[in-house]
Amino acid sequence: MYIQIKNIRIVDPSRDKDFIGDIFIKDDKIVSNFSNNADKVINGEGKIAVPGFIDVHAHLRDPGYEEKETIYTGTCAAAKGGITTILCMPNTRPLIDNAPTAEFVILKAQKEGLVNIFPIGCATKNSQGTELSEIGILKRAGIIAVSDDGFPISNSQIMRRILEYTKMFKLPVISHSEDKELSKNGVMNEGKNSMILGLRGIPRQAEEVMISRDIMLAELTGGYLHIAHVSTAGSVSIIREAKKKGIKVTAETCPHYFTLTDDVVKIYDTNTKVNPPLREQKDIDAIKQGLFDGTIDCIATDHAPHSQEEKNKEFDLAPFGIIGFETILSLILNELVDTGVLSFSSAISKITCNPARIFSLDGKGSLESGSTADIAIIDTNYSYKLTKKNIVSKSKNSPFIGRWFKGGVVMTIVAGRIVWQV
Amino acid sequence: MSFKCKDLLGIEYLDKKDLQVVLDSVKPFKSLFTRSVKKTPTLIGKTVVMLFYEPSTRTRTSFEIAAKRLSADVVNVAINTSSVIKGESLIDTGKTLEAMNADYIIIRHSMSGAPYMLAKNLAASVINAGDGFHEHPTQGLLDLYTIYEKKKKIEGLRVLLVGDILHSRVAKSNIWALTKMGAEVAVVGPPTLIPLNIEELGVKVYYDLDEAIKKADVINILRIQLERQFESLFPSVHEYVELYQVTKERLAMAKPKVLVMHPGPMNRGIEISSDAADSSNAVINEQVTNGIAVRMAVLYLLNPRRGNVYSN
Amino acid sequence: MANTIILNEKSFQNAICRIANDIIIDNKNIQKIAIVGIHSHGVCVAKKILIKITRLADIGDKYQIPFGTLDITLYRDDLNDLKIPVIKDTIIPFDINNKSIVLVDDVLYTGRTVRAALDVLMDFGRPKSIKLAVLIDRGSHELPIKADYVGVRHNNAKGFIKVKCVETDGVDGVYE
Repeated sequence: MYIQIKNIRIVDPSRDKDFIGDIFIKDDKIVSNFSNNADKVINGEGKIAVPGFIDVHAHLRDPGYEEKETIYTGTCAAAKGGITTILCMPNTRPLIDNAPTAEFVILKAQKEGLVNIFPIGCATKNSQGTELSEIGILKRAGIIAVSDDGFPISNSQIMRRILEYTKMFKLPVISHSEDKELSKNGVMNEGKNSMILGLRGIPRQAEEVMISRDIMLAELTGGYLHIAHVSTAGSVSIIREAKKKGIKVTAETCPHYFTLTDDVVKIYDTNTKVNPPLREQKDIDAIKQGLFDGTIDCIATDHAPHSQEEKNKEFDLAPFGIIGFETILSLILNELVDTGVLSFSSAISKITCNPARIFSLDGKGSLESGSTADIAIIDTNYSYKLTKKNIVSKSKNSPFIGRWFKGGVVMTIVAGRIVWQV
Repeated sequence: MSFKCKDLLGIEYLDKKDLQVVLDSVKPFKSLFTRSVKKTPTLIGKTVVMLFYEPSTRTRTSFEIAAKRLSADVVNVAINTSSVIKGESLIDTGKTLEAMNADYIIIRHSMSGAPYMLAKNLAASVINAGDGFHEHPTQGLLDLYTIYEKKKKIEGLRVLLVGDILHSRVAKSNIWALTKMGAEVAVVGPPTLIPLNIEELGVKVYYDLDEAIKKADVINILRIQLERQFESLFPSVHEYVELYQVTKERLAMAKPKVLVMHPGPMNRGIEISSDAADSSNAVINEQVTNGIAVRMAVLYLLNPRRGNVYSN
Repeated sequence: MANTIILNEKSFQNAICRIANDIIIDNKNIQKIAIVGIHSHGVCVAKKILIKITRLADIGDKYQIPFGTLDITLYRDDLNDLKIPVIKDTIIPFDINNKSIVLVDDVLYTGRTVRAALDVLMDFGRPKSIKLAVLIDRGSHELPIKADYVGVRHNNAKGFIKVKCVETDGVDGVYE
């Protein structure tokens, strides 16, 4: 199969390229040219081709919670959002703390997934934070990082061991940094709004204390630390200092942490309940600065689907998490590029070449010839309103329902196959 | 008249004008209490459902008497035996009650925002009878009215709230009501029981009761939950009593006509000494009486969307 | 709406005088009566009647006729139609048991206000009798209620009637 995308603006931050030209796809690879006629020609005029997005933090819920999302519905939603590669968290049922479950996810992804899926394995058995999981065997089964995500490792000795042990596999350790005692029973950011609403707060320090500890342990061990979903101004400066010192640490944030403040919690909308919680304007400003100066390497969705029944509860009882696949690019464009925080190319690097580099995803996150033909085609004039109806994900727990966006993905290609098109 | 809301969820959502309307409306209801027939036909044919997810004697009884004096039919939903145990969601419970033509739903819930959820999903008037650490608006209103009745004004008064501000919905509703009406509100208690951002509501923070009490026109003493000592919020009841119990001796340091209030139920000998509770400054029983009149006024002022419309 | 005068200051006074006279004739023992005005304009009218009776019956310093005011808001049958009205004071500062009550309103129209006012009074006790005095009887009653003492009768079913009193509006008069 030969596909030619004609006259399109090509933005490839992996090579620092931005030009108008053609993209040639031969089967599943990008090539520099081909002599025979294309089987399919796509007119790219007025649009932008970028590498398919890599989402390094998502929950696909499969196996075990298929009522929230499945690999099929999740990858459909991802394809709609321009995401061609998903790193999925291991908090499925059973947990991905064993090779068979990792293999199940990989096989099911091959069978019914529309986009690439790489599982993340549990760092400790059963995510209990007490014993290392069989990281070496998990690595052979196909995991590309370890994390206990929502069950942060409170024991510093165990965290040290994980950072040490994973070094031989060159596996990043993803830390959901949260001191569970400081955040105990908390459901939103601790501040004026939590006080007024009478909801228990989670102080910023619950995140910052753990990031500091993990960075110190990374320094001690030389292990490879990746900080998940940075939400506070303090975290940004702690990570910035660590990077200055040359400690091996990378970081991600999510679109909601540079878009929404905890003001949106004010009507007890459980679609704003997320962990870490939405913070305040000064945090948004610091995160934007961190994205600009490179302190924060990438933007992930933390796509966390939950059924309507679960979210339609008292705020205290509703689970944490919001979906994010379908709005990632539009939020980046509207909140970061249109406002002048990041250049278009630098914004795209946060969801393409940067995550590819951090998680050693060879052949991904680039449009260079020889790369996998994972491509997102963007129309900056495409405007749409997010509604419950047009959400593809099985769950509808988005705080952005009802919002208008300008600019979005109009076509997604995974390994040379068009998987989604407006 | 500006007071046209369907629900009463919190005093935060009311403005000064609304509060004045409530204050002005209470007296006619209170004057009913001295009549031989203490009842009016105002809410005849209306159904008031009491949905209490937390134990409560005084608030529930007060609402029940208020509704009955307005001739409404009052139904108590016994939570222990209800479908909540069977896992029915709050919204479904509300919808079921509405399908039974409830006009008013009075809800108490241990979780903040629960009344808000109901109000958003139902046409019936929802009255918050206390939700989590959020608000207890009718208590705030009855405290406001009691002060207004005794002092004839609110503006410029110094009101001191004593004790566990962090976990107190009563404190929150009092702060909103009093600051909106122009009182100077101060709180006093151990720092562990005072929320970090409370000053942003225009409240002065003290840790020393002896200092705080000096200029107070009104002292409202909050109930201390004895369990809190096990959360390391204070070391012991013994120490709390030593530092924060309102006693007759401490009252002597306040203004001579200081009002002593307590939303009840009181822990005599803990947050308040018996001699302070029984002193001539105490208006604790008046608060209870006013509670009924204030709740009648609230039931009268709220406007459920449903209702028979007569052609007259 | 046209401001046609039905009663001017003078004829207003005459109407009050007529009512006061009729009440005195009707009640041999004036010390048994009590006057209760219905908010809001009924109260003004009731006060005028009270003053007139006091003067005409010449009981000035010796005795004060008991006087009360009454608000029917909580007893209305049409609360749902209304923009929550302000409740005014119901003050009955005397024991109504065995009193001959003269209930006073400005206008008698449908009779529903009077119906509600009767309910209010009954909740205070058991008066010997209740009689109704109105400044204007518009006719078109919807309930079996009629006035015992009438200032003037003026049938106007469709229009509207506005009563003004010195105390609240600066002038005594009735307009349509």
